[in-house]
Amino acid sequence: MAYPDAVQQAFRSELESIHGQGLFKEERFIHSPQSSGILVEFPAGAEPKRVVNLCSNNYLGLSSHPDVIAAAHRGLEERGYGMSSVRFICGTQDVHRELERAITRFLGTEDTILFPSCMDANAGVFEAILGPDDVMISDRLVHASIIDGIRLCKAMHDTYKHADMAHLEQKLEEHRDRRVRLIITDGVFSMDGDLAPLDRIVQLAEKHGAMVFVDDSHASGFIGKTGRGTHEHFGVVGRIDIITTTLGKGLGGASGGCVSGRKEIVELCRQRARPYLFSNAVPPPIAVATLKVLEILSSTTERRDKLEANTTFWRRALKETGFVIKEGESPIVPIMLFNAKLSQEVSRDLFREGVYAVGFFFPVVPAGQARIRTQLSADHDLPMLEDALKAFKKVGEKHGILGLDKKGIIAKYGS
Amino acid sequence: MKEMILDYIRKEYLNEEDAEDMQLDENTPLISSGIVDSFSMVSLKRFLEKKYAISIPDDQATPEAFDTVNRILELVRRFQKDS
Repeated sequence: MAYPDAVQQAFRSELESIHGQGLFKEERFIHSPQSSGILVEFPAGAEPKRVVNLCSNNYLGLSSHPDVIAAAHRGLEERGYGMSSVRFICGTQDVHRELERAITRFLGTEDTILFPSCMDANAGVFEAILGPDDVMISDRLVHASIIDGIRLCKAMHDTYKHADMAHLEQKLEEHRDRRVRLIITDGVFSMDGDLAPLDRIVQLAEKHGAMVFVDDSHASGFIGKTGRGTHEHFGVVGRIDIITTTLGKGLGGASGGCVSGRKEIVELCRQRARPYLFSNAVPPPIAVATLKVLEILSSTTERRDKLEANTTFWRRALKETGFVIKEGESPIVPIMLFNAKLSQEVSRDLFREGVYAVGFFFPVVPAGQARIRTQLSADHDLPMLEDALKAFKKVGEKHGILGLDKKGIIAKYGS
Repeated sequence: MKEMILDYIRKEYLNEEDAEDMQLDENTPLISSGIVDSFSMVSLKRFLEKKYAISIPDDQATPEAFDTVNRILELVRRFQKDS
């Protein structure tokens, strides 16, 4: 064993530097199941406090749903706890293939392959299908896991300005000599909550003979009339070549992800995608519970409808109270504060008032775009959101930002 | 050369809203300020290589070397001399 002092000192300096920049992340311990109202111990050692949860990805409130829990128990009883194997050796059960087929039907694609997470799906898919003759053209605000996947792939990469179709078209023309031009976007952008204009992206792709990749992690289960995702919302089901999504948000919230799309692409992932080849199969209780989630969501739109109603209420109420929000339709509702320090202070004050919502600032979001990101759930009810709104109003008044626009907030606090 | 690079950065990286608010000159930090994210820097590198007929090795195309237009000018001139 060798852990030289100089190395230890270097690691300590890095940690201090993270602290110094105000970027040190601390976990808050939750003493209850995941839900819209949770018991949180923060700071560590403090008496757990009940707060309204506005920062989970539990969009459909299925993380602790009794039918989902019962299905997970059934999976545990009937198929065991873990597979102790990767899929292609001895880690594939009937329920894994059943789930892949159910996701394929739900998303309206040709085939699906499960991954341990959507992070793994994004890390594996590009390298599995693209090579040096190809180009990946990604929106500048795609999720970090996509950026990691792109970095692992030998194809050329380029980016286009966020949701800027003229810029995307310019890039498609610039790279017309490439074998494959793959347009890469999130369906719903996780920090801004806006939707990629998939109808126009698909039109451009078809015009230029390009392919389309969408990460629909913040959309699957609730965006679109029947919750199939951003492609349903824009009327382009069946015209997206690759969809990746997670089972760790709206679809039950445990873990797991997938690549769903053209059958040849899915098959190439089964042959080559390294996170699929070299990590364990999704645990059986999760596979069985996600089958139940898809059954619930295919039988009724009640939960996504409630989420939509909550989102409409929350967006309108925040604006009426005098906050600047990022416009959009998704349950991700960012409250713009622009100044990093202010975002941290507001988050801390909200927690004191019984609301759990996190502040984000550069480099997680662009410089001068600090915000509090709120996320709605079908698990929220109106009285709960009204209470949260009172807390926001109180904290907004304290900081004197209600009714101020972007320029007003920047004039007061700087960007 | 300076104006051409500044013009490319404005068109490639700024949207209309930013362009109104932002004074961009040869000393403006690009990467460290977040105007250009390091992942999207690749198109600027390709633009320079094509425009000035040079080849910048990946290990020289660092966020530090691309952080201001003045530094980019130094880099381009160095590779023009080398070629």
